[in-house]
Formats: sequence, structure tokens, C-alpha cells
Amino acid sequence: MQVRVENVRKEFDTFPALHDVSLDIRSGELIALLGPSGSGKTTLLRLIAGLEQPTIGKIFFGEDDASEKSIRERNVGFVFQHYALFRHMTVADNIGFGLKVRPNASRPPADEIRKRASRLLDLVQLSGLEKRYPAQLSGGQRQRVALARAMAIEPKVLLLDEPFGALDAQVRRELRRWLREIHEATGHTTVFVTHDQEEALELADRVVVMSQGRIEQVGTADEVYDEPNSPFVYGFIGDSSSLPVKIEDDQLWLADRPIGLSAAGAPSGPATLFFRPHDVELLDGCSGCLAGTVAASRRVAGTKRVELEIGGHRERVEIELPVDHPSAQKSRIAFRPRKWKVFPTAGA
Amino acid sequence: MTTASAQAGWRFKKPSVIPGFGLTLGFALVYLTLIILIPLSGLAWRSASLGWADFWAIAMDRRTLNALKISFGTALAAAAVNVVFGTIVAWVLVRYPFPGRRIVDAMVDLPFALPTAVAGIALTTLYAPKGWIGSLLVPLGIKVAYTPLGIVAALVFIGLPFVVRTVQPIIEEIDKEIEEAAATLGATRFQTISRVLFPGLAPAIVTGFALAFARGVGEYGSVIFIAGNLPNVTEIAPLLIIIRLEEFNYPAATAIAAIMLIISFVMLLVINLLQAWSRKRYG
Repeated sequence: MQVRVENVRKEFDTFPALHDVSLDIRSGELIALLGPSGSGKTTLLRLIAGLEQPTIGKIFFGEDDASEKSIRERNVGFVFQHYALFRHMTVADNIGFGLKVRPNASRPPADEIRKRASRLLDLVQLSGLEKRYPAQLSGGQRQRVALARAMAIEPKVLLLDEPFGALDAQVRRELRRWLREIHEATGHTTVFVTHDQEEALELADRVVVMSQGRIEQVGTADEVYDEPNSPFVYGFIGDSSSLPVKIEDDQLWLADRPIGLSAAGAPSGPATLFFRPHDVELLDGCSGCLAGTVAASRRVAGTKRVELEIGGHRERVEIELPVDHPSAQKSRIAFRPRKWKVFPTAGA
Repeated sequence: MTTASAQAGWRFKKPSVIPGFGLTLGFALVYLTLIILIPLSGLAWRSASLGWADFWAIAMDRRTLNALKISFGTALAAAAVNVVFGTIVAWVLVRYPFPGRRIVDAMVDLPFALPTAVAGIALTTLYAPKGWIGSLLVPLGIKVAYTPLGIVAALVFIGLPFVVRTVQPIIEEIDKEIEEAAATLGATRFQTISRVLFPGLAPAIVTGFALAFARGVGEYGSVIFIAGNLPNVTEIAPLLIIIRLEEFNYPAATAIAAIMLIISFVMLLVINLLQAWSRKRYG
């Protein structure tokens, strides 16, 4: 099922949680809403589910305007961060709940419901736990029951709100791989919310990066990592270093010296240079490059992270070098970013 | 109130490392003995001095039986009414922020504080055939004051806070996500309440019922004003005890008390076991 979010704005009282958000979700896609807390990602997910109504704008499921449908009619599977299992029901009853509350005409017979519950339990690898109560399960198991319960109603769209947020790192990694497998097996259109970029990049077909109630960028993991389209995305996804620079004559300047990077076509004026600390070329001499004094250095696994003070304003940037590189011993290091991006300073 | 029975067997559970187990257990036992056990065993002692045949004769006396029937019957009816309305009151107080909620919330506790005789007199004035409410009911053929219905009304008044105060915190704890989950799964509002929320509240409702019922069985002050106290019709067991005492018929008084005690104890024990069972299951 294709989902289309059209110019949606959502205000809580007068506080705007989402500004004019539009998003196309393709059928069968696994998509991540990624952003810091307060970016509006959970609000967007709840709007798609129908748990909130948009202040302005529409949401389409296929060709149908979902804004006119209640939560019940939307037929979405929603998995909550804290599972929201019904604790007085067994695992099997939890999973079968969505089928049991259907009107008589469309409700499957009781033993069909039971069969379907145990098939879903097989799918989420919890076979044989039908008779348990949620209190008797671990966090990871509960989350899997919650997913099975959401899938039991054969939803058009599966929505997951920070599904692994409350679990420890080991279980998270395991469930992440497992969710990918389930998605491939069932082909549900799936949207999940996360603040963990590693989770988003690893799991999703496409990542929606959000900040302050706006969508910053939508793209595959490669696109948002390699081609970030805003300073926020560059800073939020992966490690990055930034440096205030100036664009003049299609060249980047740091104070009064060109740094050997050309910015053809970019408008002149103040700007910010972004690059990845690990993606730099170390140089011996320095004519047209960046050079700085080592202010601090840390050993991180196989590499060394060096903080450099650059230029008259002693701007600090971080770069990464191999531990055995000769430059690692020096007190002054010259480098040039291999891949970089420059954004004009806002308001200039 | 029921942790002990949930534990298997009679073996002492190993106390925690925090000191004070011996001291607190000792204190609890001494205290319970002084306050509850000694007076109650006195009661058993006095009624035992009666001899089995006499005891049975008093127990099977028509007036005694009717008084017991009225006491337990009205207490059960009042507790049942309170369970329904108390739960609704608790729900409204938790869920809907309306102006004056704090004041209404505080008012719920008034039956705890008010001398019960005052409540009885007030209710009688209202419900008497010439009272504000009573005069409206008379044309409908409903008589409240001086009938068992009046006793139920008084006991509903007395028991309400017990249900509200036990159910309220549990409603406060209900996670909004639970209701949202039920809605996304396609449950109607009614199905959400009856299948998801209500079973979660049931243990608290049962506790509230037990407390309101126990309070109702023992209630004296408010009832004697509104009941009319006709032997065999609106005479409650506690009143009959007082009457026997005033006749200096101590054995009869203690015998009736002992019977009330046994019935109450058995009923409360059953309710407690029911709760321990449900708690063990749903954690």
C-alpha cells in the first residue's frame, strides 16, 4: 500500500510540531523516520496511523483519503515503543485480539484465529509461548509479540515507534536483522521511527531525516551519508567536522588564504565547510591546504583522532589518521578534505 | 492485602538483607493480637460458654436470621451499586479535567469523615415521604426511608469512597498506549473498555467491592435512622446485638456477633484468594 503525506501541518495547542510536511512512501518499502528528539518524527508516524489528526493537509492510503477514516478503519499495524501488550491476556490472545474484535461477518472462526496466532508466533520465533502472559516474557520477546499482534490484522501499513528503543544493544542488533528478514518475507509497507542513525541506515530502504518539524532530506543510506543536502543532515548523519570559510572567485578561503578547494558556481560570501574526519588527505607541505596545531589526540580503535586548531580564530576541527602515520607524531598537520561540501551561511 | 497466600507452602521466605525483619514481624504480631485477636477471642469465648444447643437456637431464631439476611443482603446490594457508580466516578475524576474537579475529588472522602449518624439523619430527611426526594418518589410508588431500600441508600453513601479510592489509582496508571493499541487493532470504544480496560481494573474493583461490603455489614450509625428498625423487615444485625445487650442478654449478643464474624471472614477470605489468584496470573 502506497502512502502519501500531503502538505501536513500539525499544531499542539499553538506549538507547531510539523510544518508543511510532504512524503511519498512506496508500496512495500521499509522506510525510517530519523531525527533528534523533538523533530516531529513520532508525530508524523502517529498522523499516518490516525492517532492524531493533522491541523492542515491530507494523508492518502493508495487513492483513498485517510483523513476521513477513523483509526479502526485505516487498518494499520502499530507497534509501540513500550509494547502496550494487554497484560491480562495470554500471548495467543494478544495476537488474536485484532481478529476477535471484528464484526461477526468478517471474524474468522475461533480455531482459525488460534491457528493464525501460532503461525505468527512461528514467524516471530516464539513458537510454543502461546499460553504465557506478557509479564513472563523478556523485553525482546514482548516486542516480538507486539509485532505479531500488529501483523495479525493483515495491515496495509506497518508502523513502528522506536521499536527497539527500550532494549539493550545486543538484543537490538539481533532484532534489527530479524525485522529486515520479516520485512522481506512479508512485504508490508513499513515505516519506523528511530533516533539511532546506525539503525536507520542499516535497516531502511530509504531514510527520512527530520529536524524541527521539517523533513530535511529523503534518500537511501548512501544518499544521505554521501550527499547530505543541508548542514543539519551533514552534522547529524555520521561524524563530521565543520569550519567557517568564505567563498570568493569560485574558491574557498580561510581568512585571507585560499585552501585549495574550488567552489565553482557557488555564490560568494560567508559559508561553512563540512567534511568527514576520516576522509582527508594528509599533506607534507602546505600551499593551498588546511593546516593546524595539534590540540588534542585520542586513540579510537584502529585510528587516531586529532583535534587541530586552525587559523587565527583557532577554530577546532577533528580529523582521523592511521595510528602509524608519520604525521601522527607531528605537532603541526597539513591536510585537505577528499570529499567535502560547502553550505552558504544562513542569512548571509 | 494478600501477599502471604500467594506464596507457595509454609516455608519462610528468606528475608531481605535490609535489617528489621524480626522486629517488624514481632511488632505486627503483637499489635494484631492486642487490637484484633484478643477482643475477637473474647467474643468466641463468651459465645462458647453458651453451649451448642443454645447457640443454635439463637442462630436459628427467626428474628436473628432475618436481621442477618437484611444486613448481608443490603450490604451486598449497596456494594454492587457502588462498584458501578464508584468506578464511573473514579473514571470521570481521572479522565476528564473539568472545572472544580479537585473539589469533587475531595468531596468523595466526606463519607469517611462525616459522623455516620449525621449522614443517616440527612438521608432520612431527604428520603422520608415528605422529604425533597422522597416526596418525588412517593407518586411513583417508591418508598425509600423506613424500608430495606433506605438501608441500601445509606450503605451506598457510606461505601462510595472505598470503591473510588481503590479504583482511582489504577485508572491513573492505565497507559494511554494500551487504548491506542486496541484502537489500531480495530476495537471499538466499547470493546476497548470491556475487553482491555475493564479486566485490568477488575482486581481493584473487587477490592473496592470487598471493602464497601465489609463496611456495609458493620455499619450501624446511619442505618438505624433511615431503616425504621421494624423487627424482621428493616432491623439489621448490629442493631439486634445492641437490643440484646440492652436486655442484658449477653450470650445472645455475642452469638449473633460470632455468626456475623464467621460469615464476613469467609466472604472476605474468598475475595482475597480470588485476588491472589488473579495477581499471580497477570503479574
